[in-house]
Amino acid sequence: MPDSQLTAAHNPALLHHFAEPQQQRDAASLGTWVFLGTEIMFFGGLFCTYLVYRRGYFGDWGAASKTLDVTLGATNTAVLICSSLTVVLAVWAAQTGRRRLLIGNLLATLVLGTAFLGIKGIEYKEKFEKHHVPGASFQFNNVRIPGHPDQYANPSHAEIFFALYFVMTGLHALHMIVGIGIFIWLTVMAWKGRFTPEYNTPVEMGGLYWHFVDIIWIYLFPLLYLIDRHP
Amino acid sequence: MSMATASIPTVERENYLNKHYGVGSWLFTTDHKRIALLYLLSITFFFFIGGFFALLIRLELLTPAGDLVQADSYNKLFTMHGMVMVFFFLIPSIPAVLGNFLVPLMIGAKDLAFPKINLLSWYLYIIGGVMMLHCMLTGGVDTGWTFYVPFSTAFSNTKVVEAGLAIFVAGFSSILTGLNFVVTIHRLRAPGMSWSRLPLFIWAHYATSIIQLLGTPVIAITLVLVAAERALHLGIFDPKLGGDPLLFQHLFWFYSHPAVYIMILPSMGIISEIIACFSRKRIFGYSFVAFSSIAIAVFGFLVWAHHMFVAGISVYAALVFSLLSYLVAVPSAVKVFNWTATMYKGSIYYDAPMLYAFGFLGLFTVGGLTGLFLAALGIDVHVTDTYFVIAHFHYIMVGGAVMGYLGGMHFWWPKISGRLYPEGWAKLAALIVFIGFNLTFFPQFILGYIGMPRRYYQYPPEFQVLNVLSTAGATILGVGYLLPMVYFLWSMRYGKPAPDNPWNAAGLEWKTASPPPTFNFDEEPVVTWEAYNYDELNRFPVKEETPVAR
Repeated sequence: MPDSQLTAAHNPALLHHFAEPQQQRDAASLGTWVFLGTEIMFFGGLFCTYLVYRRGYFGDWGAASKTLDVTLGATNTAVLICSSLTVVLAVWAAQTGRRRLLIGNLLATLVLGTAFLGIKGIEYKEKFEKHHVPGASFQFNNVRIPGHPDQYANPSHAEIFFALYFVMTGLHALHMIVGIGIFIWLTVMAWKGRFTPEYNTPVEMGGLYWHFVDIIWIYLFPLLYLIDRHP
Repeated sequence: MSMATASIPTVERENYLNKHYGVGSWLFTTDHKRIALLYLLSITFFFFIGGFFALLIRLELLTPAGDLVQADSYNKLFTMHGMVMVFFFLIPSIPAVLGNFLVPLMIGAKDLAFPKINLLSWYLYIIGGVMMLHCMLTGGVDTGWTFYVPFSTAFSNTKVVEAGLAIFVAGFSSILTGLNFVVTIHRLRAPGMSWSRLPLFIWAHYATSIIQLLGTPVIAITLVLVAAERALHLGIFDPKLGGDPLLFQHLFWFYSHPAVYIMILPSMGIISEIIACFSRKRIFGYSFVAFSSIAIAVFGFLVWAHHMFVAGISVYAALVFSLLSYLVAVPSAVKVFNWTATMYKGSIYYDAPMLYAFGFLGLFTVGGLTGLFLAALGIDVHVTDTYFVIAHFHYIMVGGAVMGYLGGMHFWWPKISGRLYPEGWAKLAALIVFIGFNLTFFPQFILGYIGMPRRYYQYPPEFQVLNVLSTAGATILGVGYLLPMVYFLWSMRYGKPAPDNPWNAAGLEWKTASPPPTFNFDEEPVVTWEAYNYDELNRFPVKEETPVAR
């Protein structure tokens, strides 16, 4: 078949129910954004819960927040921001047809994402050692409320803080794990040379998801780690 | 059009039903029409499970004494009736069956935007459904469908976590259906199918999808919190640890009130199609009906705390939520008035779909107006947690949503199956459903108003007459629901073959074959006319030779 007859209809990545590649890309893009909208509502329920108790148990939550390791949290924030950069570079590399740069940046993203989970694991381990995991063995006695040296934090209220800490960061970590799965798949596809300047929608959509998970962390970090830090 | 193409071909054309055969061709299909039929089978199964629980509830309430079941079993019966009917029948019913089948056909698309995600959505529904069945068969759950804490987290000794996870999984099926519809309606409309030419069925499904997308994730995370709290004793909703049970109610109703509109909006879309067709008129005030769907979806998110007037929320919050609840009545009333105005001076045909539409109008109006009683703070305090509430929401969810669903099933059955159903039986069934429904639920308004509380398995003897009426009505209603299933199945084999457009109706779905080919249209349609152009259709009535359903 002469090249001139290779029209959009013969594009192997074009699914039968779309008229042209542009329509397919638009559908994928809108679908991803709508999906991220549902994710915002999903985390929104938790942020709402956070807001209610932060207002109700202001001092207790300040005391609980102060026990988190801000250095590890800040390191993880930096790791995620770097991963967002490598994702942007990967998308750019896919759009401009630089296959090796694409694979390199996808792998870098995977390394950074795994590093984040590793650091998170260290933090979780610390919580177990300090008995800060909600449940029967939870202990939070004799912790003073910041700014009120004569008052002790209510352990029950601090327990709710740690419950939300684990649910929110746990759900975030779950999204990171899903993201790592997506990026492994993208790396394999990129290795096989499936992405071209004409067709790179999966890289772009995977990137949108990764950025979204990063942004969730950008909110979690100050809300959980920084609410009661004073110089 | 020549006579030859207008008559029924003797050899069946290739269509989505006969193109492939075998179990695999159904279980791995990505054709939206086949997935719609998979959903039809599954939701019908769950409808009869939920109906079976309802039957046991009504039998227990036949006498004042607790004789058929004891309190614990009764709690499980009404809980599982509610969970199955809400999450496994009503929420998916119209969108996943008729919406799945019709959205691409009505806008002139070959399929939904994400066919594989559409299939995934059905599998998620099935996984959730199997979990729910397993939960029911191994002991059940007794929290009421509302999962109220701290009973569900600290005191109930039934399978709360499993039921919650079943609904969590089924919720994602609902989200994915909504996502598919939104993207499809935005991106896959045929040339010329502008937003102002969309059928109102599509507008209704668009509004429904918005609620599914924004509401369902919130109940998903709420159920995760309930399950985690129950399993790990976190304290988030436990008042002993300083947790707030009211917060649970806020999160729960943030989804579960709009969920009522997930059930009723698609039904309203069906009613708009049926009333225009059987009045042979363009719908009165098209844009008002279209935007009232969007308005209901938006307002629906702002009224949730009217379920909590006696739960201890502040008086000022209650006032605001009461006022906002009244506002939802405005777009709902706009629809009812516009449907009535459409019928005014129309040429009305009393076919079975139209009978269901009439039933919908009456029952939805009663359900909607009693909703206003309940939105009024003073009356709500009096009738909270009584049978008045039960009667009200059954008028909306069964009288409204299920009437519309059945009307739609009759209207589009010739398109779905390629066969005509027996019109006489269908009219009889519509009548039986209407009578049975009112006999079941109208006495419950009175029962509630004179003080019978919901969720009790015993009651004082003076309530018995009304309860016997209600149980008798439920039996009649059950017959009314079984009848269509019998004659629909019958018609698949013995029904007369349906022409492409048996009702001489407007809409793209009637311009393709019955049943449609796999990719819906032989040629991509180009739309050059407004929606509901019945003025033009009436000038070219169906030829005598063509067998018409009516």
